[in-house]
Amino acid sequence: MRDHFVKRLCELAESDRRITLITGDLGFGVLNEFRQRFPRQFINAGIAEQNMTGLATGMALEGRIVFTYSIGNFSTLRCLEQIRNDACYHEANVKIVSVGGGFSYGALGISHHATEDLAIMRSLPGLTVVSPCGLWEAVQAAEAVTRTPGVCYVRIDKSAGPDGPIYAGERFELGKARRLCQGTDCTIAVTGGILEEAVAAADILRSKGISAGVISCHTIKPFDADPVLQACRETGAVFTVEEHTRCGGLGSLVAEVLMDHGVHPHVFHRFALEAGFSSRVGSQRYLRNVYGLDGRTLADRISEALRKRHPSIVVADHPAPRSEMNPRFR
Amino acid sequence: MPQHEERIAAKDLSKRLRCHALRMTSLGGASHIGSIFSVADVIAVLYADILRVDPARPSWPERDRLILSKGHAGACVYAALAERGFFSTAKLETFYQDGSELSGHVSHKGIPGVELSTGSLGHGLSVGGGMALSGRLDGRNYRTFVVMSDGECDEGSNWEAILFAGHHRLDNLVAIVDYNKIQSLAPVSETLELEPFVEKWSSFGWGVREVDGHDHEKLALALRSLPFVPMRPSVLIAHTIKGKGVSFMENSVLWHYRCAKGEEFDRALTELEGGA
Repeated sequence: MRDHFVKRLCELAESDRRITLITGDLGFGVLNEFRQRFPRQFINAGIAEQNMTGLATGMALEGRIVFTYSIGNFSTLRCLEQIRNDACYHEANVKIVSVGGGFSYGALGISHHATEDLAIMRSLPGLTVVSPCGLWEAVQAAEAVTRTPGVCYVRIDKSAGPDGPIYAGERFELGKARRLCQGTDCTIAVTGGILEEAVAAADILRSKGISAGVISCHTIKPFDADPVLQACRETGAVFTVEEHTRCGGLGSLVAEVLMDHGVHPHVFHRFALEAGFSSRVGSQRYLRNVYGLDGRTLADRISEALRKRHPSIVVADHPAPRSEMNPRFR
Repeated sequence: MPQHEERIAAKDLSKRLRCHALRMTSLGGASHIGSIFSVADVIAVLYADILRVDPARPSWPERDRLILSKGHAGACVYAALAERGFFSTAKLETFYQDGSELSGHVSHKGIPGVELSTGSLGHGLSVGGGMALSGRLDGRNYRTFVVMSDGECDEGSNWEAILFAGHHRLDNLVAIVDYNKIQSLAPVSETLELEPFVEKWSSFGWGVREVDGHDHEKLALALRSLPFVPMRPSVLIAHTIKGKGVSFMENSVLWHYRCAKGEEFDRALTELEGGA
């Protein structure tokens, strides 16, 4: 996801010289092309994220579109007050990029687990929060945040769900969730690269005769309530999936939206990380397995939840129903 | 510099700033009068003699940028902007009041002439660095001034910014430190010693000068000879007295937070109005 995002940023920087990229001394090998092609639009601020963010605000107030770039929590939590007071309050054209959402850098330890960022960032006024679910969305997000005035946060995941335009000529819009496939029994709303696990879960469920819809919630703020509300009205069963703490992330957001609109699902569960640190380390895939966020476990828990509520749902080995899944997402 | 307005001399302006700020903080019940008085002469000289700004065009692209990083002295900058004609002096009476836009710590929203809202210390120099770097890359001639407190230099973010500006030789960036030697609970020397202060800045690649921060002529002289060292950012360390201008407030930790009311207010105003 990272390389695709940066490649697109290079293309954008070519045609818009206001685009400036400031890195907090990270991006070895990844930012070389940008640095070489646009030396007057590239700054290495050193390992100093507070200054990086203040600097970005100052440059943005002078008319530039400034991307700050780092990994994990460094471009967000380390300089949170600069984001809030400087960038957000001044509505500066600062685009914060964090590479490594969730357990992307799982083996590096808790310092590099970005598992509270969505909750924290979405609480800041005037901040657009984007968490692409796949490569296509990441590429589209690069352009979309460039064109969106004000402060944006882009959470780049190491993994990437299977995505692409749902139909030829689909236009990506920030704040517009994408219904990747329709389901008649339940709906899975997901954000970030963990989309791949949600899609795997939907496939497994289908093989058990359960039809699950999948919604890509690539923009956490502003949040597109309609597809979630509609899906809830249609199926009555809503599940959320995120590689993020259960506290304040996508699941909380969907719950807020449903309650605010008086739309009450019969079955609702937030698949997320328990609050706390994971002192156990490993690859992103390994840690998803450990915390029950892999496709197989998700499918098992969803079918179990549905069966409890609707005993008539038979989980059997009969042939899968006719799929409504866009073949691109199989 | 725009010539169409009648300009107040720094000496007169500093007196007005102190009187305004005393009234504003007293009416609002606000703190920080000691910090306002220590920086009042610096602000007066900047707005009277140094800054290229135009009240009729607050967003004039070539204007000099002033950031008050020690945002708690906001009343002083509001008063200076009002005296320079950016907005009415009558608005100053709303300072710190219910519904006012004039917050205790300086805010830009709805206030022409304020470049940056501050209040949390250690933010201004980074943003100022960004403005300076952007100006240089774009070949613009404006200068960026950042007024800081001494206690603020405890913040690590400032040293990130100092390191950055020195490395990038931002010679259009000017820091002015209001070195009144007292922070909110105790003297600087008892809290976190900044000395050797000059050496710290110069070792980070800045051109450094020291000045009596209440001597208008010397302040103006120094600020007319920027940059202090070619191709280097400049820092003017202004030695000041906390609470300067009111005898019973001077060099007192108490007046960081205490608000002058009643008889104390009257005595303070009498001293200020009678003072030079």
